[in-house]
Formats: sequence, structure tokens, C-alpha cells
Amino acid sequence: MSIAAAQKKGFMAAVWDYLTTVDHKKIAKLYLFAGGFFFLLGGLEALFIRIQLISPENDFLTAGLYNEMITMHGTTMIFLAAMPLLLGLMNAIMPLQIGARDVAFPFLNSLGFWLFLFGGVLLNCSWFLGGAPDAGWTSYAPLSIQSPGHGVDFYIMGLQISGAGTLIGGINFLVTIVTMRAPGMTYMRMPLFTWTTFVTSVLILFAFPALTVGLFLLMFDRMFGAAFFDVTLGGNSVIWQHLFWIFGHPEVYILILPAFGIFSDIISTFSKKRLFGYTAMVFATILIAFLGFMVWAHHMFTVGLGPVANAIFAIATMAIAVPTGIKIFNWLATMWGGSITINSAMLWTLAFIPSFTIGGMTGVMLASAVADYQYHDTYFVVAHFHYVIVGGVVFGILAGLHYWWPKMFGRILNETLGKISFWLFFIGFHLTFFIQHFLGLMGMPRRYWVFLEDQGLDNGNLISTIGAFLMGIGGLIFVINIIYTSVKGEKASADPWDGRSLEWAIPSPPPFYNFKQTPLIRGLDPLWIEKTEGKGKITPAEPLGDIHMPDASILPFIMSFGFFVAGFGFIYQVDHSGWLAAIFIGIGIALICMLIRSLKDYHGFHIHKEDLEREAD
Amino acid sequence: MSQDHSLNPETMPQEPEKATLEGKNKFLGLWFFLGGETVLFASLFGTYLALRNSTAGGPASTDLFGLELVFVMTMLLLTSSLTSVYAMYQMKNNNFKKMQLWLGITALLGMAFLACEIYEFYHYIHEYEFTFRSSAFGSAFYTLVGFHGGHVVFGLSWLIALMVRNAKRGLNLYNAPKYYTFSLYWHFIDVVWVFIFTVVYLMGKVG
Repeated sequence: MSIAAAQKKGFMAAVWDYLTTVDHKKIAKLYLFAGGFFFLLGGLEALFIRIQLISPENDFLTAGLYNEMITMHGTTMIFLAAMPLLLGLMNAIMPLQIGARDVAFPFLNSLGFWLFLFGGVLLNCSWFLGGAPDAGWTSYAPLSIQSPGHGVDFYIMGLQISGAGTLIGGINFLVTIVTMRAPGMTYMRMPLFTWTTFVTSVLILFAFPALTVGLFLLMFDRMFGAAFFDVTLGGNSVIWQHLFWIFGHPEVYILILPAFGIFSDIISTFSKKRLFGYTAMVFATILIAFLGFMVWAHHMFTVGLGPVANAIFAIATMAIAVPTGIKIFNWLATMWGGSITINSAMLWTLAFIPSFTIGGMTGVMLASAVADYQYHDTYFVVAHFHYVIVGGVVFGILAGLHYWWPKMFGRILNETLGKISFWLFFIGFHLTFFIQHFLGLMGMPRRYWVFLEDQGLDNGNLISTIGAFLMGIGGLIFVINIIYTSVKGEKASADPWDGRSLEWAIPSPPPFYNFKQTPLIRGLDPLWIEKTEGKGKITPAEPLGDIHMPDASILPFIMSFGFFVAGFGFIYQVDHSGWLAAIFIGIGIALICMLIRSLKDYHGFHIHKEDLEREAD
Repeated sequence: MSQDHSLNPETMPQEPEKATLEGKNKFLGLWFFLGGETVLFASLFGTYLALRNSTAGGPASTDLFGLELVFVMTMLLLTSSLTSVYAMYQMKNNNFKKMQLWLGITALLGMAFLACEIYEFYHYIHEYEFTFRSSAFGSAFYTLVGFHGGHVVFGLSWLIALMVRNAKRGLNLYNAPKYYTFSLYWHFIDVVWVFIFTVVYLMGKVG
């Protein structure tokens, strides 16, 4: 394929290109746009929740619709917005940071994305097909077993399909980082974002199968008459809670660790300093991941596991504050004495530190099992996890988008709009959630459809709703910024931020083969080393030669579509056995795709040395 | 990397499955995948352990299990793991014909195991009316053992597809990793069965 021909394309050719692409940078863009769409959807659901709670005994939403709204808000935000947005950033940046030309399994990378997208679409189809899931994002049995209609069935099949996609993505990143680092890029020279991608992938690998099993059990109970959670036949509904949280707690770290990586890279770049305590940061990340698997039962203090279990899980939970504290202090120490630039990326980062620390502090409060009996299922918990997930993850994603947008799209996001959206969102965020701590302490339970007048909850809820609208406007201005930038934005140079890591050594946006010659890495912050001690650019590790690239393929799309069809089959075969055909057709499509993939030779193609020489630098 | 992936005894690398970057990636990727599978089966074992006495008045494990059949099944599957080791040994000798032969034996042993398992389930359902729906124990038993059986079915399909596809092409650096990763997967299935044998059948016989 000649490089010039690839630039002259019609619209349909571009669509086909994205449907079949195995290029990690294009898959990253797909993740970002799909994740961004679901983020807006989840945000809209959040606004509906807040409008319902704007005043006592409001009737904006019916009780049933409210349950659907809270369930879909949580599920969408966690599985379909935050994770894909992070996976998008990882896909775009991690291979560049280690000097790789693509990920280890480009085909699986594409499959992971399409499975996620079809899973997300399947889940949201429920809105138009008789009602969304309504048993909460945690879908506790036996409520989720009793829930009428097909809502929870859509939850099961949607998450099963998109979860498989995430697992595939995790394995792919792990192998990429182990085998495809450029010469000299030792583990302890990897940027923190690559490190957190690595550790997050380990968490995905070991956490998601627990959810897979939990969803299978729920599916068997609801669709095939099994008795896992049916007490009359000896079932035990606490099993769901264990499986869900064995997945669910590491999931929290799957979300926050990449954000930690983003902040570490940003703080170091904009303070013009090497990251303070790099080694401690790496080990704190690993320690958080390890402890993350030891604390799931702190979500279940009130279940009645007994004082010994509660005490052990309480102590393990409090212990997580130690490595997290190490990180906070290291970020502060990196900035200390640095030459700091304040721009949008840095504003989100600076705002993250106190916001996340508040969330961490309420986390330690909640870790105390005795006190948790008071906080459990109140708005205190809602406030806590929004402080860590919005104040940590969402701030991280937005900081990362501002920071890496020039690298991904070749244009710098508008600073003025960026700052306006930051201040609106930041003020709105604290207005929404700070007051919720007190609403919770005053006894307002979460997930309730209405609250009574004159219980001391009226003003707090009104303030919270006003804050939510500010966040909404802030988010909207960010979207406007993206549109404005793609039309009129300033073109980015290869290295607009005077960066330190490898991604800033190649053009913005990078050519599809990333590195013309594999780079040679001489230390941590390789580009900075070359700027201060070398020739100002990276030394290549190999002479210019042919580059081997993987083949594009439509199979991942068709395969995911097969599972999507089978998902409908599983959901509706309960009503009519004719739908069993959809299961066979769907799984059949997927298996045939696997067989084709297995039987056909995929040798890839080569970009020839002469073509590379003709390309201008 | 050259386009010619075929092997001859003079130029064959020591470990053909890891001689290319693609091969190395597949090898490592499958190991990671097995890590995830371990958690999958651990969750199923946990569920089974929690529900193994929840018979709801139906048949219990002590009534159902017969160790004779389970012993035969264990021997079949353990032997199939051994024959897949021989196949990988022949792969490293670059003896494609013998490798295919040993893999063929592996497939036959796997199918024999599967036949025993189908007979076992049929027996429980028709003699004891012990089904997926009769009790929480039933659901947990059929899910755990059935997931393992499903893995055997998938492994057999994988193996047969590999053998048929490469029958005329012979061994090369492109398909050597595919054979090798299959053998890793097959060993994993075997290890899971050892745990099923212990946790489900032996502990089930003790009561």
C-alpha cells in the first residue's frame, strides 16, 4: 500500500478503514469517540436523577424510571465511559511511550473495541425494548433475580460481551509491554503512564473473570432456571455479592491507576522536573494493585460476615491509604522547586490533588467497619465515590485529553475554552458532591426516588442539582472545544509541551508505522536526556529498513456482531424458543470468523525502505 | 523477518514456537490468558464449595458419584496431556508426521473423556433426576464441570482445525506457536481436572 494513496479517500472508504483498522492509534480514536458518546449519555442520566431530586417529593420521573436511570447511569459511566476513555488513551500513547510500532495483537485490539461497542449498544437497546435494567449497577441478587421484564437480562448480556472485550485489551497491553519495548527501554525507564497501564492490565486480567462468572450465574438463574441465588432450592445470594466485589473493587483501581499515570506524566512535564520518587511511585502502584484484591468485602460490612472478617478487611482497606499517600506527596514534591506551567492539562491535575485527597479521606472513614454501619447506603457513600471517580478518574481523563490531544490529532485544544470548561466543571463538581456528604450524614439514603419535605434535606439537594448543571455546562463547553479545535485549532508541532517521554520525539499525529527507525533509549525521560545531554533528538537503534505491518481485517467487527445477535437470542429465548435460532446463528457467525482467522495465513505487509526514504521528516 | 517461514533441520531454531516476535507474543499472551482462566475457575470452585451441600432434599454427592468412571476419565485426560508433550517433543525434532500422530492420539483421548462425561451427566439426569435445575448443588455441579467440559470441546475443535489446516503444509515458524499454545491450553485443562477430581469427586465421596 502506498502512503500517498492512503490519503485520497472518500467517506465510505474512511468508514471501511475504521471498521477494519488494526492500527492502535485509530482504535484509540474509536475508543475515545464511543467512550465520549456514552459519557454524554451517562451525564444526561445523571442530570435526570438530579432534576428528580431538586425538590422534595418531586414527580419528574416515575419510581421505576428513576431506578432504571440510576442503574444505567452507574453502569454506563463505569463500563462504557470511564474504561473505554482510559483504554483509548492507553492505546494511543502506551505503544509510543515504549517505542513500539503497534501492540502485540493488533487483530485482538480491534476485536476488543468492537466487543465493547456492541456490548454497550446491546445494553442501551434495553431503553427501547421494554425498559432498562433497574436493579442498581451492582445488580444484587435476589433483587436482580426478581426484577421483571428483560432489563436485567440486557445488563447481563451487555456487560458479558463488553467485559470480554476489556479482558482481551488487558492481555494485549500486558504482552505489548513485556515483549515490544525498544532497545534500552528497561522496566524502570518506562514512563509512569506505561507502568500504570501495565499494572491496570494485570488487574483487568485477574478481576474480570470473576465478573464473567458472576454474570454467568445470574444468566443461568434468570434465563435457564438454575438455582444459584434461589434460597428455596438451597441457593445463596451472598455469592453474587462476593463475585461482584472481587471484580468490583479491583475495578475501582482499574479506573484510578491509569489516571495516576496520566497525572504523573503531566506533573513531571509541566514542572520541568524528573518525577520525584520514581521508584517509590512504581512500587506504590504495584502495592495498590495488590491490596486492591484484598479488600472487596469492605463493600459488604453490613452483610454480617462477622467481626473477624470485617476487622481484617477494614485494616487492609486502611492500608491502601499508605501507598496512595506516597503518591500524593511525590506529586507535590515533583512540583516543589519546579518551573511550573499552568495550562488546562495542569489545572485539571492541580484540581485533582485536593479533590482526590478528600475522596481518599472519606474512604478511610468508610473503611472503619463500625462507622460504616452508619454510612452504608447513604449519600455519604455517593459523595465518597464521586470524589474519587470524578475527582480522580474524570479529571485524569480530561487532563490526559488536553495533554495528548496534539499528539493524537495534531491540533492543540483551545486554552481559553479549556479553562472555562475547567472552572465550570470544577466548581460544579464540588457544589454537587460536597454537600452530599452532609446529606448522607443526616440520613438521606442513596437510590431513593423521593425525599420528604422539611427533613433538613431540601437546600442541600437543590444546591447539588445546581452543581450538576454547572458540570453539564462545563462538559458541553469541552465538547465545543473539541469541535472548535478540529476546525480552527492551532496546529501542533511534534513536541508542543517540551516533553520528556518518547511520544514527543515523533510527528503529531504520528505516521501509521510510528517510528521510522526503532529508537535507542538511554534512560528515564529519554527525550529529555537527548535534549539536555545529547543531540536533541533520539538516536535510532537500527538502520533504516523495511517495516513489517499487520493486515487490516473486518473479522473483529463481524465476530462482535455475531455475539451481539446471540445476546438477543439469549435474552428472548425465555419468551419464545424460536429465539434459540438467534443464539445458534450469532455464535455460529462468531465461530466461523474465528475459524477463518485460524485457517487463513496473515503475514502482514512491508513498507519498503525506499518509500520511507521518500517521506519527508 | 523473511517471508519464508518453512523449516528444515539445518536452519531450525532451538525453540521454533518462540523464534519470531509473533510466536513470542502468542506464547506469552496465552500464559496471561491462562492466568485469567485460573480466576474464572477459582470463582466457579468457590461457588461450588459454597453450594455443594445445598441439595434441597435432592440427591447429594455421596449418592451420585462413582469413582470408577471418574478414575477412567482422569486417566484418559492425564494421558492426553502426556501425548501432547510427546507431540511438542516431536515438534522440536522437526518431525511433523510424528507430531501429528501424537496430536491425533491426544484428540482421541480427549474425545473419549468427553464421551465419558456425557454418559456421566446422562446417567445422573435419568437415574437420579439430578439436573441443573433441581437444586443449587445441581446448578453449581453442572456449571463447574460443564465449564471444564466446554473447555475440552473448544480445545478439541482448536486442535482438529490446526491439524487439518496444516496437514499438507508441514511445520513452519508461522504455525509452530499455534501448536505450542494449544498444548499449553491443553495442559491447563488437565490441571483444572485434577482439581475437579479432588474437590468435586473425592471430597464429594467423603461427604
